[in-house]
Amino acid sequence: MDRAYKVYSIQNGTVIDHIPTPLALKVISILGLGNEGIMTIGIGFRSKKYPAGKDIVKVENHELSHDETDMIALIAPDATINIIKDGKVFEKRQISLPSEVKGILSCPNPNCATNKLGAEKHFFLEDKKCVTYRCKYCERATVIEADLLSSN
Amino acid sequence: MVSFKNKSVISIRDMTMDDLIKIVDTTGFVKESNPPDFMKDKTVATLFFEPSTRTRLSFESAVLKSGGSVFGIANPGSSSQSKGESFADSIRTVAGYCNVMVIRHPVEGASRMASELSDTPVINAGDGANQHPTQTFLDLFTIKEILGTLDGLKIGIVGDLKYGRTVHSLTHALTLFGAELTFISPPALGMPEHMLNELDERKIHYRNMEDLEDAGKRNLDILYVTRIQKERFGDPQEYEKVAGSYRITGETIETLGKDIKIMHPLPRVDEIAEEVDSLPNALYFTQAHNGIPTRQALLGLVTGGLD
Repeated sequence: MDRAYKVYSIQNGTVIDHIPTPLALKVISILGLGNEGIMTIGIGFRSKKYPAGKDIVKVENHELSHDETDMIALIAPDATINIIKDGKVFEKRQISLPSEVKGILSCPNPNCATNKLGAEKHFFLEDKKCVTYRCKYCERATVIEADLLSSN
Repeated sequence: MVSFKNKSVISIRDMTMDDLIKIVDTTGFVKESNPPDFMKDKTVATLFFEPSTRTRLSFESAVLKSGGSVFGIANPGSSSQSKGESFADSIRTVAGYCNVMVIRHPVEGASRMASELSDTPVINAGDGANQHPTQTFLDLFTIKEILGTLDGLKIGIVGDLKYGRTVHSLTHALTLFGAELTFISPPALGMPEHMLNELDERKIHYRNMEDLEDAGKRNLDILYVTRIQKERFGDPQEYEKVAGSYRITGETIETLGKDIKIMHPLPRVDEIAEEVDSLPNALYFTQAHNGIPTRQALLGLVTGGLD
């Protein structure tokens, strides 16, 4: 039997749509979401844009900040963000790569101070086109891959 | 970085062309005028978490010649890190004992991390394979001193371009002055891709080549030679063959052009034949001696004794 809705709409909060499957859980991880109340995660919806499917995350009663939603661009640059208020789309938000990324991106250089001496992970945007960031400490440039990202 | 006073000096990446010119010019002033005691009442800690004789002694000599005092650790075994103290705690402690910390560490980014742990300025004396800015300052000063300019030179860099931090720092600096660069190395020790990508992005003219003789056609002003280390090769015979093909002799200089200047960060093993030492082309001992006024100038700028 068909369900009336695959994912129920929300009255207030943030809807992150068009996340390529299977990155929904990674998006939640890099945003550090967990204690924000009800969250709906949909994985593997049919999508014209993504032949392998798309994911959706709905965070109820929590409006993500611009800094937070920009982090999504690291792995899902074409994701769409809608801020919902009173059941209506209050803001269709554009996302762009953050100029710096702290804490969630691991340096792949094993001899970097972030991996050896406990320096805080901190990267600066180097190249938007190739999604490349440069480590503040070892100064190596890294093309972003989902595996390098996590909330802690 | 308009003024160097109380600022850390970590990487060539943080510097503008004007910053580099300021250091080169101040080095020239120190070498010519030998200003007295501008480090009086200043104490410098040299913290070498990785053994180095040349860089450490040249910093210590620079402090003493400028009237300052110096203390430090020469190897990690003599520090409390060997008792399990964290790097951060060691730095926070020593920062209270001195006016400047000169740090060499095998981990990339250690000096930058140290510079964020206290208000005491840090001078990076080498961090893993990343940066060695003071070597670059003395290289630039030597080039300016001998050729009279830093602008638009044709510079070849030969040897281990993959692992050499000296080469990476120097390459960054030279690109600020519009140098035309030629990289000469065995393919396995070529300039890392991340460096080449950066040069491409900045639209810097460079060429990679494997054969040293081909560099003769490039009409180079300077050939900067670095050591190819034995441990990079599994097979000793292969090492001998490769290293031999990059050895600089009197004959090589004939091929490259009689006016070419040969530089080397030292220590040299056998990549430059001793017969080259007495030729007017050899700059490497001048270069090594320039390490003292260069580090005096930098320490003077950072402590405010020179402006």
